[in-house]
Amino acid sequence: MEQFFFFLFAAGAVISALLVISRRNVMHCALFLVLTFFFVAAIFVLLKAEFLAAVQVLVYAGAIMVLFTFVIFLVHIPRTEKIRQTFRQKNLALALGLLLGLEVAYILYGTMAAPASLPAAAPVGAVGNTESFGVALFTRFLFPFEVVSVLLLAAMIGAIVLAKKEIDR
Amino acid sequence: MSVLWWLVTLVKVGVIFGAVLGVVAYMTLAERKVSGHIQLRLGPNRVGPFGLLQPIADGLKLMFKEDIIPDHVDKVIYLLAPAISTVAAFAAYAVIPLGPPTDFFGLLPEPVPLQIADVNIGILYIFALSSMGVYGIVLAGWSSNNKYSLLGGLRSSAQMISYELSLGMSVVGVLMMSGSLSLTRVVEDQAGLWYVFLQPLGFIIFIIAAFAETNRLPFDLPEAEPELVAGYHTEYSSMKFSLFFMSEYAAMFTISAMAVTLYFGGWQGLPGLGTLGIPPVLWFVGKVAFFLFLFLWVRWTLPRFRYDQLMNLGWKVFLPLSLLNVLLTGLGLVLLR
Repeated sequence: MEQFFFFLFAAGAVISALLVISRRNVMHCALFLVLTFFFVAAIFVLLKAEFLAAVQVLVYAGAIMVLFTFVIFLVHIPRTEKIRQTFRQKNLALALGLLLGLEVAYILYGTMAAPASLPAAAPVGAVGNTESFGVALFTRFLFPFEVVSVLLLAAMIGAIVLAKKEIDR
Repeated sequence: MSVLWWLVTLVKVGVIFGAVLGVVAYMTLAERKVSGHIQLRLGPNRVGPFGLLQPIADGLKLMFKEDIIPDHVDKVIYLLAPAISTVAAFAAYAVIPLGPPTDFFGLLPEPVPLQIADVNIGILYIFALSSMGVYGIVLAGWSSNNKYSLLGGLRSSAQMISYELSLGMSVVGVLMMSGSLSLTRVVEDQAGLWYVFLQPLGFIIFIIAAFAETNRLPFDLPEAEPELVAGYHTEYSSMKFSLFFMSEYAAMFTISAMAVTLYFGGWQGLPGLGTLGIPPVLWFVGKVAFFLFLFLWVRWTLPRFRYDQLMNLGWKVFLPLSLLNVLLTGLGLVLLR
């Protein structure tokens, strides 16, 4: 049962991801991206990671993509559909794709060869995975967490500085 | 998961869905009645006793109106938008606890929770759904291919994002006190004292942001009639228009139920006095009814904000205040425990 749903959601995610890059209408692309996020969130639920699923929908589908649509609103769609598509980064894309494929293959090979070496999943149910997620974030992964926070702060200040330059002029 | 569990859950889903539809229908009547009395009129009183059958007449009228799909719209998205709006507004009830576990006067072998699903991320689930509701409005505005609709959609996306932040941050205070994202736990925690007394600042931010989230006056800029005809739903007619209408009222009901659950003890009775012999479900319904009335009251009392005022208020006042609330709550928790 669970496997059936996994394949259903995985297929949905892959198909809608392909539609993101193949549709000409940018609004449709953005909406298929939202659909992709939903399928990924569904897979998180199957893995009993409800917190990640909710945050996936809330942050990516609910906040970031709404800002995307905000920008797309100001685009004249029929005109964009007439622009000839170019594909100049072919070599770079191929190299990066190959690298990603190798990485996935390496990880898959590692887990298949020694499934016992996987860290045990945090116990879910009684405690709830939000708590275990929080504890892990503030103990084992404290340093990366702080680094990301500083990075976000820097990006925020950068955005303000860039916007302010426009206002002052 | 026994047969009984499935049966009970299906009945719960049916009853709650039906009840919400009923509330939505009669909220339209209540809106007209309350506005009437605020403006020294009587409101609808021709269809049935006291106009009580008015919502049914309205529903029939809307269903039999001509359904026009304009020529130049993006058809798929145009049809999808009202559906997204409605689903997002109605699905949120699944996690709101209406009362303590009950066995329905011995009808069932063991008590069942008066809630469709007690998921441990209840609050995030509701926020995720309400952020999906934005898409209904935004896409309606975009796909209609009409300048007024587009402006309504643009305003809506900016407004909702801005106020969702304050809404989310104001709830963080409650979460810090209850230590759980499950709404059942939050309600059980308020048996002694409602959170509104411990989180007054958080509650004020929450309720004002709630008005902005549901597009109600004084924050109904996405459909401001004098400027934008009807905003995002200008091009919608018949039942598709009424789906937007219904989802606005359903969203009001959700946010009222959230306010009651998070700050006013959910189905708990008065602090210190208990339920006074009144069933907990009625406590819940009564409190929600008060908030629904508040929504109507405010709409017919306050004028609309200007768009720049709305944005300034959201980003320069409510967001810093909600961050301050988190800080104060943390300080209080550390010093008092």
